[in-house]
Amino acid sequence: MRVRCTVNGERQEIDDVWEGESLLYALRERMGLPGSKNACEQGECGSCTVYLDGTPVCACLVAAGQAHDRDVVTVEGLADEGELHPVQQAFLDAGAVQCGFCTPGLLVATHDLLEREPQPSDPEIREALAGNLCRCTGYEKILDAVRQAATAKAGQE
Amino acid sequence: MEFLRPATWAEALAAKAEHPGALPIAGGTDVMVELNFDATRPDYLLDLTRIDDLDDWSPDGERLRIGAGVTYSRLITELADRLPGLAMASRTVGSPQIRNRGTVAGNLGSASPAGDAHPPLLTSDAVVEAHSLRGVRHIPITEFYTGVKRNALAPDELIAAVLTPPADGPQQFAKIGTRNAMVISVTAFALALHPNTGTVAAAFGSAAPTPRRATDAEAFLAAELTDTGRWDSRAELDPAAVTRFGALVAEAASPIDDVRGTADYRKHALSVMARRTLAWAWNDYRRNQVRTCA
Repeated sequence: MRVRCTVNGERQEIDDVWEGESLLYALRERMGLPGSKNACEQGECGSCTVYLDGTPVCACLVAAGQAHDRDVVTVEGLADEGELHPVQQAFLDAGAVQCGFCTPGLLVATHDLLEREPQPSDPEIREALAGNLCRCTGYEKILDAVRQAATAKAGQE
Repeated sequence: MEFLRPATWAEALAAKAEHPGALPIAGGTDVMVELNFDATRPDYLLDLTRIDDLDDWSPDGERLRIGAGVTYSRLITELADRLPGLAMASRTVGSPQIRNRGTVAGNLGSASPAGDAHPPLLTSDAVVEAHSLRGVRHIPITEFYTGVKRNALAPDELIAAVLTPPADGPQQFAKIGTRNAMVISVTAFALALHPNTGTVAAAFGSAAPTPRRATDAEAFLAAELTDTGRWDSRAELDPAAVTRFGALVAEAASPIDDVRGTADYRKHALSVMARRTLAWAWNDYRRNQVRTCA
């Protein structure tokens, strides 16, 4: 089947999409957007978190056909004209990136958190990121990164 | 496989009538896992996310009518004051990403004994509104679960909404799992006190082939509270009665040993959760407030 949607502001039209295929597969294998990572395929790890019509979801649990006529933003769409988004910069600065596999999902989840709650408390950060697993960092650097991103964003505004 | 994208509810019902084997998909949090892991290959997927009518909730007489497309996230932000038990259960579902997609109707469609929404639906005497081209059927929640992952829907029916009265007293929910997010419950328990009618409702999940009410425990506690005048006095509970209530809840269960826990553990956990939630609910009642959850 054919699926049309907007991804990171660009119109995409892909053909021969298998009816049982996930949005994650379509993004990675058909649209050349491998930023969203494929790990658990059951919504447990959060590595494939993307915005669907402005709401963070696991792309592995969205059927590609459900994205038809919808607006998708992936980790590739967070940065503005070659400049890292403050959330991305904070993850680098804080050393919150080790193997990097969980990072795209955490970036989208953090981006969403700070849009909703610019100055989140630690419990709010933990709750917002509860659906994103990281095997490397022990999460402390990730929490640091979110706090730094909140501070950086506040300074920008 | 064919992907059906009805734009209206009438089209969806027609599609389900024509293809009774079609698998409805909304949030996809169960269906996509089955597809990703090759566990199911339906001939038709019936996408319900384009039907705007399903996304609303509204008062309906004495009850609230929650459309099948209302997500857990929206239940939490919009209905926690009126449906505190269901909102508490919704908070324990998956993760933010899962709650942004998953629906109570999806929980009902899957009818897993571990679905988090089931115990609070049971304690509030919810009704499932099923539609087909043949008409509308209201299925009492206690008659909805018919077996492990089986429900009372006919092959041509779709869930349009869940009807549930707003809380008329304290409600509580508790769930045992290995961490705070992304866990299938080892066992879960919901409690609702109905001071206006002098009754109690208690239900559990993951401890029998279906979610289930603990009717003997309910009757015991209601009689205890009535006979001792505590609905009026709001006096502290008798510890022996609390213990007995927990034991009766555990007796109502018929759990199995599996990877998440043993049958013995589940029974023990249920008795503990029953005692704890009763203490919390009774404290709320004594303070004369309905808990709207933290």
